[in-house]
Amino acid sequence: MPFGNTHNKLKLKYTAEQEYPDLSQHNNHMAKVLTSEMYANLRDKETSSGFTLDDVIQTGVDNPGHPFIMTVGCVAGDEETYEVFKDLLDPVIEDRHGGYKPTDKHKTDLNPDNLQGGDDLDPNYVLSSRVRTGRSIRGFCLPPHCSRGERRTIENLSIETLASLEGDLKGKYYALKNMTEEEQQQLIDDHFLFDKPVSPLLLASGMARDWPDGRGIWHNDNKTFLVWVNEEDHLRVISMQKGGNMREVFTRFCTGLTKIEELFKERGHEFMWNEHLGYILTCPSNLGTGLRAGVHVKLPNVSKHEKFGEILKRLRLQKRGTGGVDTAAVGGVFDISNADRLGFSEVELVQMVVDGVNLLVEMEKRLEAGESIDDMMPEQK
Amino acid sequence: MPFGNTHNNFKLNYKVEEEFPDLSKHNNHMAKVLTKDIYGKLRDKQTPSGYTLDDVIQTGVDNPGHPFIMTVGCVAGDEESYEVFKDLLDPVISDRHGGYKPTDKHKTDLNHENLKGGDDLDPNYVLSSRVRTGRSIKGFTLPPHNSRGERRIIERLSIEALNSLDGEFKGKYYPLKTMTDAEQEQLIADHFLFDKPVSPLLTCAGMARDWPDGRGIWHNENKTFLVWVNEEDHLRVISMQKGGNMREVFRRFCVGLQKIEAIFKKHDHGFMWNEHLGYILTCPSNLGTGLRGGVHVKLAKLSTHAKFEEILTRLRLQKRGTGGVDTASVGGVFDISNADRLGSSEVEQVQLVVDGVKLMVEMEKKLEKGESIDSMIPAQK
Repeated sequence: MPFGNTHNKLKLKYTAEQEYPDLSQHNNHMAKVLTSEMYANLRDKETSSGFTLDDVIQTGVDNPGHPFIMTVGCVAGDEETYEVFKDLLDPVIEDRHGGYKPTDKHKTDLNPDNLQGGDDLDPNYVLSSRVRTGRSIRGFCLPPHCSRGERRTIENLSIETLASLEGDLKGKYYALKNMTEEEQQQLIDDHFLFDKPVSPLLLASGMARDWPDGRGIWHNDNKTFLVWVNEEDHLRVISMQKGGNMREVFTRFCTGLTKIEELFKERGHEFMWNEHLGYILTCPSNLGTGLRAGVHVKLPNVSKHEKFGEILKRLRLQKRGTGGVDTAAVGGVFDISNADRLGFSEVELVQMVVDGVNLLVEMEKRLEAGESIDDMMPEQK
Repeated sequence: MPFGNTHNNFKLNYKVEEEFPDLSKHNNHMAKVLTKDIYGKLRDKQTPSGYTLDDVIQTGVDNPGHPFIMTVGCVAGDEESYEVFKDLLDPVISDRHGGYKPTDKHKTDLNHENLKGGDDLDPNYVLSSRVRTGRSIKGFTLPPHNSRGERRIIERLSIEALNSLDGEFKGKYYPLKTMTDAEQEQLIADHFLFDKPVSPLLTCAGMARDWPDGRGIWHNENKTFLVWVNEEDHLRVISMQKGGNMREVFRRFCVGLQKIEAIFKKHDHGFMWNEHLGYILTCPSNLGTGLRGGVHVKLAKLSTHAKFEEILTRLRLQKRGTGGVDTASVGGVFDISNADRLGSSEVEQVQLVVDGVKLMVEMEKKLEKGESIDSMIPAQK
């Protein structure tokens, strides 16, 4: 790969114009921000682990755009990336996270008691509820940049830590590379298994290297709490269950996450976090809470309403297909989740999902009954 | 990307065991050769442009094997890779190229008049004839490693050189990124267009970065001679035409190639070549001549004969599907070409194809008549 320190110096023999990427066909956050002057100013810099500007932007150069989503087009290789390349990443963050300024402070709130309601989303409409986030272990490089040795160390730390969870959180780790056919089939049936990334957005950033080495899935015996190790982030923590009891999902999420963080700290490892960007993750879109709380919900009528996009926007929600970020909806069932990650706390984001989905379901019932929803239009949150 | 000088030094904080890839499920040349000892010895080295051992082997770590072919599993990032990493690459070369030793010398012969016959392969069976090779421009790093600046200069130099060709070689360059739809349709219809690599063998080595920047296709007006710029190698040179006149294809190949080389030399850019490895290319399998001379030939009966593989081995030929290296044959039509690249000259390799294909067509005719071919089985060449 061409992006290390030595080759970076070799590239400096070429002018910035000669090296500056052609972004004329591009539509992603990086392409909107990266001018040739900015490229020239940042191209001789590197983090202490050797991550360079070209490393940050490669995925955005290789992937001009996406039909359904405005992609970020840049990634971090370690915690310092967000500092060393702030001239690029601050504007990207601002653009992506609703005007978040370099001086803003982010609030973390993982106390589930602060959530109001959320235990009674109508299960006739809300098929499942899920909350996920990511965590990075301080002192290691991130998935686009980490070596096999680092990745394996992260895996070992994670296995040890997760093995000491108890009660409702007691569970088991399944390393991707040792998985039996039966285990694999079961994990697929449970909708837990993550596969080698196929999205070029991820592949182009280098996070699929050495697959499946160091990757695995841990889940509790009840199959309501799971952790992905070394996929797009060091850890992805997921709480999920069928039906509409988002409150319970969020409570388990907070309890589990807090416990895991304690256990890592006991072993001398913190999560990457600072008071400006919150939790530090690979993709700038996941900074802050890294939290996506969502439901699979039947909205065949509302989704066809001409104001659907507008309603979602005002509720600060986003829609996806039930296959996840890159997919389209099937059969009127949508994945509805919070659009924000940074600048709001975990509790605030889940509250928006709970309140917003409740409203959308009421609207769906109205439209089913042939009634108008004009008087139900929400204010911009 | 994690493989530069700085991160390479960072990785040295981890032990060899921690960084050594898991090759237990792997079946490629690199995996057969790379031991922990070799890894330990080479992991702190780099070429002057910063290419490291992990860069060399990444594609082989990410791609354990292939159903149809024994893959090489390693690539060069520059000319020096073959020297700095000889402890790995010499055994890979020996294994791949029939026992070729570190002390062996390679013969280059691009005098098409030294070929005997080859103008009369039966066009009822031989549908098309083609000869290709690759060339690397000295002083630049190779496609897995090069920067946009380098790639663009290689493109510019190539365009200048190719635009000065005349007579039967007069032609035009089509950059991939500014191609019109009409041009694209035509190039596809002519079977000339190369697309962004999808094979993980290539993408994992980093050679698809920044696509389609700096890539393009040049061909002569007669559509019998074409050059790919910045695909898997700096240049791929191809001579082809319908029917069985391999002699004419090879003549045009040699004449065109030598004209191109002369122009590059005039501008102080030689091709990478040395007397041990011949022409230096990205993939160790293409060292030596880099030449693949082949035909699309109908061998419906012979291909189902019990001794088909044995015959090919003895004739030093290999079969592929008509879609190229990663594909299966369709309708009894095979791509038959020389198996060797290193240790024999261009003329010798094309001679093997001419003589071998002639024999196989005779065998096919015999089998069509219901006769035996036992008396025709060749000796090992």
